Amino acid sequence: MSSTPNSYRIGPDERGHFGIFGGRYVAETLMPLILDLEKAYNEAKADPQFQGELKYLLTQYAGRPSPLYFAQRLTEKLGGAKIYLKRDELNHTGSHKINNVLGQVLLAKRMGKTRVIAETGAGQHGVATATVCALFDIPCVVFMGSVDVDRQAPNVARMKMLGAEVRPVTAGASTLKDAMNEALRDWVATCENTFYCIGTVAGPHPYPAMVRDFQCVIGDEVRKQMMEAEGRLPDTLVACIGGGSNAMGLFHPFLDDPTVRIFGVEAAGRGLDTEEHAASLTGGRPGVLHGNRTYLLQDREGQITEAHSISAGLDYPGIGPEHSWLKETGRVEYVSATDDEAVEAFQLLCKLEGIIPALESSHAVAYAAKLAPTLPKDNLLVINLSGRGDKDVPQIAERLGMKI
Amino acid sequence: MSRIEKRFAQLKADKRAGLVTYITAGDPDAEISYQILKGLPAAGADLIELGMPFTDPMADGPSIQLAGQRALKAGMTVDKTFDMVRRFRKETGDNDTPILLMGYYNLIYQRGPEKFCKDAAAAGVDGFILVDLPPEEADELKPHATANGLDTVLLTAPTTDDVRLPAVLKFASGFVYFVSVLGITGTKSATEEAVRTHVERIKRHTRLPVGVGFGIRTPEQAAAVARHADAAVVGTAIIDHVKAGLDDKGKAKPELVPGVFAYIKALADGVRGVRKA
Ligand SMILES: Cc1ncc(COP(=O)(O)O)c(C=O)c1O
Repeated sequence: MSSTPNSYRIGPDERGHFGIFGGRYVAETLMPLILDLEKAYNEAKADPQFQGELKYLLTQYAGRPSPLYFAQRLTEKLGGAKIYLKRDELNHTGSHKINNVLGQVLLAKRMGKTRVIAETGAGQHGVATATVCALFDIPCVVFMGSVDVDRQAPNVARMKMLGAEVRPVTAGASTLKDAMNEALRDWVATCENTFYCIGTVAGPHPYPAMVRDFQCVIGDEVRKQMMEAEGRLPDTLVACIGGGSNAMGLFHPFLDDPTVRIFGVEAAGRGLDTEEHAASLTGGRPGVLHGNRTYLLQDREGQITEAHSISAGLDYPGIGPEHSWLKETGRVEYVSATDDEAVEAFQLLCKLEGIIPALESSHAVAYAAKLAPTLPKDNLLVINLSGRGDKDVPQIAERLGMKI
Repeated sequence: MSRIEKRFAQLKADKRAGLVTYITAGDPDAEISYQILKGLPAAGADLIELGMPFTDPMADGPSIQLAGQRALKAGMTVDKTFDMVRRFRKETGDNDTPILLMGYYNLIYQRGPEKFCKDAAAAGVDGFILVDLPPEEADELKPHATANGLDTVLLTAPTTDDVRLPAVLKFASGFVYFVSVLGITGTKSATEEAVRTHVERIKRHTRLPVGVGFGIRTPEQAAAVARHADAAVVGTAIIDHVKAGLDDKGKAKPELVPGVFAYIKALADGVRGVRKA
């Protein structure tokens, strides 16, 4: 473990490194484009007009701020910490993904790009990208593993209705990692006119920092909302982790507040003692994939192994590089929840609060359900409800043997 | 002088360009792959690129992706790749044909750049071409490559402009690999005019030889590249000939190896037919 830095919020360095993690491990063809993107993003970030337009769209189009809701029945049932839900599932398109997509597509427009591509797992990022591309009249192609095309069928239909082309990917395990490979392959051939809208805090620099910045609206709002509701900061934050964007968006604004305990929940699939999980921080080692150095599930040689999670959005053998760094510094605690625990938490939230959470977010709920009873009643615990579960209804119904 | 430098000096003295052939190590299995490797110089290859199969080859098209999967399925590893090179040097006595390892950085990072370079050099490898290691990240590998006498062939692309070229060339040795099209392997081909323009541009910045690859399939295309560059690199089209030699069950038919050599010979004839100043 490295020594404690002065601030956890200053990274990455100018080469895109968070400690030894991050960087820009991409084909030379893409390197000049990535440098351009970094420059364009830095300019946009400092431009009040860009920020104004983004703020307007987040408010009027996406419906922000999302509520911070006191989940009274869940709190009573668990009998410990006072639980708040950050309701990002209420955003337009049904998840936190739109926060990032609005930022990136505005940037694409500003850079004069005429085509947008994206990878998607659960389809939430794909739907968000298809949506914003429809709004701005930009052709959009979404790469999606064929396994995910099947298990997230409602989202595939949504993307098509929104005018996007969905390209099923059959390489590898046909899930999120393979979709990202295919999107990168497309981008190498089309980079002169195409903007690659990455859906999480991964990929080569500047993506991890840029996506984080766009998602920080979640944590910034929570800070303000909790001050209004309770007159102080939260004590505990819990979010699920696929690539780590909803988690980073919630965590980052609190990293320098030492009283706030932070938990990132990875997908433990069928169990960490099996090979079928997606917990790259718990079960992996640092390696290089998809443009950055980060914790990866891999064999001894460095061949990437397949992840498994019931949740398509968490079914990825890597994680954003800043999370790898936060793990090594010890600032964030990384834990996990299994498929079964997530399904149980999914049902719990349906019945107690009348909220159908995404299977991804259900992992955060599952861990919070274990943690909350161990905490005092005045402990303010925030769960990031990153998405709604409409897309998962057919899959869960089938698993529970329900006829629909 | 490294083997790569010597080979290019010889090509210059012979007033011709070189042919660089890519095969995936272990495709379709370790033994057939070795039989191909062993015969490449006689078939007309001047330099050899040996691809290290990787689960996630982000810059490769379907042909090379599938070749990597065939190799991994047949049990190919980095150690076995080194064994192939060691056996080649020992059995053929060929100490002149350079062999470069091509692939993705994670395999090197996992072994540790220092140990990887030591092991590679000991096996008889001459250098690296790493698709996902741009100069921005090359400083972790470069000192160990240099210490072990290994060249680092860096890639340049149509998008690498004159401002950026010097930064790439700073880390390059052996030769410079110009990726002639925007895209992954095995998809598009560049026009002769585009190759000429880019090679001239690169040569204004460096005295290193320039090899050109991506999209070369026919002896005519190889000859066109040879007119302007110091070497023509062929990969996907060779892999396609390997694949054509497989039966329904993925086993090598007797004509696989001779078929690959016949194709390489035709490419070599194309390249050698071009007289250089
Ligand atoms: C609702 C929801 N939450 C979480 C995730 C995981 O992504 P991340 O870890 O980047 O937030 C996804 C991804 O598809 C998602 O749809």
